[in-house]
Amino acid sequence: MINKQSNAYTIIYITVMVIIVGAALAFTAMSLKDKQTENADADKMRQILQSVHLTTERSTVVEDYKKYITSTCVVNSLGETVEGADAFAINVAVEAKKPAGERMLPVYICTLPDAGTKYIIPLAGMGLWGPIWGYVSLDSDGTTVYGAFFDHQGETPGLGAEITKPAFTDQFNGKQMFKNGMFLPITVVKKGQLPQGDMDYVDGISGGTITSKGVGAMLDECLLPYKAYLESLSKQ
Amino acid sequence: MADKVSNRDIFFNPFSKDNPVIVQVLGICSCLAVTAKLEPALVMGISVIAVLAFSNVIISLIRNTIPTNIRIIVQLVVVAALVIIVNQLLLAYAYDVSKQLSVFIGLIITNCILMGRLEAFAMGNKPWPAFLDGVGNGIGYTVILVIVGFFRELLGSGSLLGYKVIPQSWYDAGYADNGLMILPPMALLVVACIIWVHRSYNKELQEK
Repeated sequence: MINKQSNAYTIIYITVMVIIVGAALAFTAMSLKDKQTENADADKMRQILQSVHLTTERSTVVEDYKKYITSTCVVNSLGETVEGADAFAINVAVEAKKPAGERMLPVYICTLPDAGTKYIIPLAGMGLWGPIWGYVSLDSDGTTVYGAFFDHQGETPGLGAEITKPAFTDQFNGKQMFKNGMFLPITVVKKGQLPQGDMDYVDGISGGTITSKGVGAMLDECLLPYKAYLESLSKQ
Repeated sequence: MADKVSNRDIFFNPFSKDNPVIVQVLGICSCLAVTAKLEPALVMGISVIAVLAFSNVIISLIRNTIPTNIRIIVQLVVVAALVIIVNQLLLAYAYDVSKQLSVFIGLIITNCILMGRLEAFAMGNKPWPAFLDGVGNGIGYTVILVIVGFFRELLGSGSLLGYKVIPQSWYDAGYADNGLMILPPMALLVVACIIWVHRSYNKELQEK
């Protein structure tokens, strides 16, 4: 009879257990990986399309994405196209942490049958409890906002989480990025207040101040490097 | 367990007389977090049933080999592995729900019901009763989650499983959804109401 209380037994037991469990988990992760990436990609496509006011179902999202997003490109902060980069594969949350000059800036170019060409820019920032992200679409003049979409990982329901609701996102429609030739991304202010400066603004969410500020900071931080690219659009 | 309890009792007791949430008051934390809507509550319940049943069976199968001084660690490893597998499956087959449940699936690991059942039941019983105990407790937990989710979604969002059930004419007549129902404190109050109703029907559970 083996002594089950001995150290050797305990160590062997735990080693064998860890190997078995590790193998089982590795197998599960490997066999489900394709399906999971597919889902994550489809969800990203849905979010991108939502920023141009297109609501899609999971079953049709890939088709819709291919239909409306006619091309993508990656630019740098000087507005030059970066060759050979895949816009869809770029992790915006990682890029947003780099200095503006080194960032890879993805742009999704969307052609809508009744509203023309739109340029969709991805955003990533921090809310109160965790990451927030979004997409903002601009008209072909490079300054007028066509639509915006925001999402979050764990903002407070009913407060910060309201940034996903149309009541918040619809405020962005028609706002301007350039004012008298100056590049001033839209800011988020407390209801009833005015921003310091001349930029266009939207009202933040009552009770969701930190998240609202996070959205404002994210817009500033992520849109400023696009200045040169957007200027080149407005000149065209 | 020294006294002989029938398999039938093992399975049905957790539904009401020995319900993990409203009698043992375990697993309250996840009950608050995932019940704002009915659908995540259901998925969470099913996930807990699966994890609890399988971890009970696995622990029961290896109960005689586990060194006593590391038994909690062994239980945790088994539960954690199962939870990760459930999470991976949800990511692959129910992506939207898994996004809503986010960290709470991971937190099944720390759900007190699991550790409670493993330590109190699976460590001392054969696999079949352990399986019944796991499924029974999982269902007992799910039932409460679903009841809470039902009231919170109905009163907080005017819908059930995402479908609007409160007719538009009510809203036109001045009815408004109760935003408080969506916030976590209301889950606690709804659970409290369930406990109240449950105890007034089950006099033997009332404390003197």
